[in-house]
Amino acid sequence: MAGVRVLVGTRKGAFVLTSDEGRRSWTVDGPHFGGWEMYHLKGSPVDPDRIWASQSGGWFGQVVQRSDDGGRSWDPVGNDFSYAAIDGRQDAGTHQDFDGTAKPWAFQRVWHLEPSLTDLDTVYAGVEDAALFKSTDGGASWTELAGLRGHGSGPQWQPGAGGLCLHTLLLHPTDESRIFAAISAAGAFRTDDGGASWLPINKGLLSGEIPQQEAEVGHCVHNLALHPDRPDTLYMQKHWDVMRSDDAGGSWYEISGDLPTDFGFPIDVHAHEPETVYVVPITSDDFHVPPDGRLRVYRSRTGGGEWEPLTRGLPQEHCYVNVLRDAMAVDRLDECVVYFGTTGGQVYCSPDGGDTWDAIVRDLPAVLSVEVQTLS
Amino acid sequence: MTRVVLPAHLRALARVSGEVEVAGATTQAAVLDGLEARYPALRGTMRDPRTGRRRAFVRFYACSEDLSHEPPDAPLPEAVVRGAEPFLVIGAMAGG
Repeated sequence: MAGVRVLVGTRKGAFVLTSDEGRRSWTVDGPHFGGWEMYHLKGSPVDPDRIWASQSGGWFGQVVQRSDDGGRSWDPVGNDFSYAAIDGRQDAGTHQDFDGTAKPWAFQRVWHLEPSLTDLDTVYAGVEDAALFKSTDGGASWTELAGLRGHGSGPQWQPGAGGLCLHTLLLHPTDESRIFAAISAAGAFRTDDGGASWLPINKGLLSGEIPQQEAEVGHCVHNLALHPDRPDTLYMQKHWDVMRSDDAGGSWYEISGDLPTDFGFPIDVHAHEPETVYVVPITSDDFHVPPDGRLRVYRSRTGGGEWEPLTRGLPQEHCYVNVLRDAMAVDRLDECVVYFGTTGGQVYCSPDGGDTWDAIVRDLPAVLSVEVQTLS
Repeated sequence: MTRVVLPAHLRALARVSGEVEVAGATTQAAVLDGLEARYPALRGTMRDPRTGRRRAFVRFYACSEDLSHEPPDAPLPEAVVRGAEPFLVIGAMAGG
């Protein structure tokens, strides 16, 4: 029987929420890895029983966990993320620190794990300090795709408030040599050769927080999304501004339209409607809560520009939670359900594309990430 | 035989309960080498895998002394080497 498995990463452990295709009755399993920060969990499209998890903490650093039985049991795999020497140097080089000084690249944590669409043992890891790693042996070892940091602008990258992190990875659905990545606060990048070489794809972005608003790099891109049927169309939630590209990132135009604020973190696309997009507007860069204390998801059915607030079932007063960049997902059953988690510990789902919402759970630790596996 | 007490999170990673033992270790570095060889899941959790530097919020205690700032190759107390006293790996006090 079809069903879904929702993988929830939180500040204090991971949770697995399961339901049949009705998605009305849920089983909550967890916490797994209680006490650890679980930045991201994601299942393999090749075999849904293969799940990857990023486990980290201030005391004991980074662990990567792998499950081969759908999250019932886990085994730690390799956690050596050694940066490659670039630019003809003997070491990994430097990036800019907050104060403009040169700081040696140093691994901090894995923000995002992206399993290959075609190979069970291949998985990508976006990490802080911003770099992309790849494993082709089931996570036993990791190799940096150093062309990203080494494409030219790497030494100028500066961290955002959350760190210098590669937090978003999108794999082209039919051509895995094309990968999109987003880095705070450097911008969006694309490779067309499997990660050997990279291009900044930030033309059309304007950021008032940097000296040259239209600079090639330096933009704080918060999240990217695409629909597999239209992989050249990208949606972006930037620090401020919601953006769209119809040429695989070659150029961007703003689609913030009538949003109450265009600051936010996650963005996602309906599973069966490539022009239906979801964002969660947040008051401002220094006030990461919903405007007016009302938690509203906004939906555009026109690929951006025109947005409608979705409020039924969501708190409409005294709500001051945030929804982080990896904390929204959609399932791919016939009736697409949208999910998101909050820093207040709620995981909401909408069985009707956003018209109404209900909480699957309400009191988890702060939610860092939400991913959904559609099971057949 | 050196007796080692791990913090709860590392015991869970190593899938052990209670003390563990490392044979033939006379220095802090040798204790960590032995632990990581026997329990590969602990690699990188106590010290940086490349530089060997102790992680900032990990402490090493033995015989009521803080050995965290001792050179990794400094001799361990004799009581630890012969197993009379345990070598403690501690998650430092951090947070408010």
